[in-house]
Amino acid sequence: MTDNSEKEREQITTKIWREEAEPDNPFAAAKSYCAGFDVYGDLLGKISLIEYIWLLFKLDPPSKAQARMLEGLAVALANPGPRDHSVRGAMNAGVGGSTRASALIAAISIGAGNLGGAREVFTAMQYWQQCGTDLESWIDIINNPPREERADVWPEMEHTPGFDPNGASCPTPVKQVLDHLTAIEHSETLVWLQAQRQTLEHHAASPLAFSGVAAATLFALGFQPEEAEILFLLLRLPGAAVHALEQEKMGWNRYPFFGDGLTLTDDPGPVKNDD
Amino acid sequence: MMTEQETNTLTGPELLKAYEDNWQTAMGAWFPGERVVLRGKDVFTELNDCSWMEYIVYAVTGKKNPKLAKIIEGLSLLSTSYPDPRLWNNRIAALAGTSRSTGALALSAGIAASEATIYGLKPIIGALDFLYRAVEKKSTGISIEAIVKEELKANRCISGYGRPLTNVDERIAPALRFLSTIEADDGDFLKLAFEIENYLKGSRYKYRMNIAAISAATAADLGVTVDEYYYTNTLAFIGGILPCHLDAKNKPEGTFYPLAVDRINSTATANRTWAN
Repeated sequence: MTDNSEKEREQITTKIWREEAEPDNPFAAAKSYCAGFDVYGDLLGKISLIEYIWLLFKLDPPSKAQARMLEGLAVALANPGPRDHSVRGAMNAGVGGSTRASALIAAISIGAGNLGGAREVFTAMQYWQQCGTDLESWIDIINNPPREERADVWPEMEHTPGFDPNGASCPTPVKQVLDHLTAIEHSETLVWLQAQRQTLEHHAASPLAFSGVAAATLFALGFQPEEAEILFLLLRLPGAAVHALEQEKMGWNRYPFFGDGLTLTDDPGPVKNDD
Repeated sequence: MMTEQETNTLTGPELLKAYEDNWQTAMGAWFPGERVVLRGKDVFTELNDCSWMEYIVYAVTGKKNPKLAKIIEGLSLLSTSYPDPRLWNNRIAALAGTSRSTGALALSAGIAASEATIYGLKPIIGALDFLYRAVEKKSTGISIEAIVKEELKANRCISGYGRPLTNVDERIAPALRFLSTIEADDGDFLKLAFEIENYLKGSRYKYRMNIAAISAATAADLGVTVDEYYYTNTLAFIGGILPCHLDAKNKPEGTFYPLAVDRINSTATANRTWAN
């Protein structure tokens, strides 16, 4: 058995959080501070959820415009709708009576990917870091996307990140979100994206997608690619949650099964079982 | 209904339209109340004699490969399923146990985390990828020393060599004993893996081989692709994850390595007040 008094106890080092213990229980916090702010004694009642999320990531309060931009993005992303891959994942958990946690795990796992998911946002953020608002750089990277030489658990990107390979023209909501977010602070990144959208879409041979607007917005707000990736995962969960709950109540027989939608092209046919 | 070849030329909404309610697949299907097919084989009559891992290998690769299945099973048992809840993927499952979550949630979170950088799936596929690249370079006459130096320069590490916490890998001897019982211990890639270790341990890096190099070399000797080895190894950790979860679940709730408030070493900014 370890003697705690003799051996230094390992600690979790964090610049996000500080706690003070309750006098009667070293395992319960009497006070919790986030980036120096007393969470339950000061922030509660004063701070909005979106400001708190900003504070957790940035460790400093947002300006009004920054909070409005993040809030606008959060509203835009909160429910991708029941046709979105990640929300469909959650609903499949719902209809089968799976755990509620598995619904969100499904949404996260699917919404993590290169097509419309958080990894796409991560890669698009890297493009922003590399190209900024230089059109020539963008055209170059679209035409010659970086390729990973070493094997990775992530599949290679199969399209320009931030653009929808299966799209036609830029969908109205994508343009509405971009317009709204640009109007808040006229940030250089978003103003440039608005002006160059059609040129970029021409070179990418596909329209701008939500993931592209999210990446540009989070880049404009000074987030790092890995922060953008994880925020994108987080912000899209409310829709997955409610659609999963709704389908759970309706049941599997009122949810598409694609009963006639599968054709087996390599079929040995019925095999006689001698037993 | 369009065939896959006909859909190849389509793009955008037309492509999606062609796939609407139309999934054509050679992978498999269930015929309700009747039979089930995997990659052209009837599961009840043609795959029913497979072991579980042989079935998974067939599902992933489309080839029957009992030797690969045996290797994955053996190495998973000996090298990636340690029942120690301090290891990070296992600890996730133990935390799910102490907080009284479910077994499947614990297991899936543990598997998801096993796709890690300092251990788990990334080193396993990284080592295989490195060996394939190394053998290609060696065939053009490049020396082991040059190959290793180039890899270190590009990536600052060599997958399959060196190890966090300890430089000695106790798994190698039992793994080699196991591999010898199924005659999988004398392939060219395994020899190459040892050649690389011989260079590295004598160099200033002092890296020793870890089990990922053995595992990868054995797979390479069977001609397994990086992708195939990745997918067949996603389950390699569950033998350690499950017992750690169960152990914590069977002890009083909340008792798995509880952390007191003073276990937080805060480097946060000084206290301040929020201004609206």
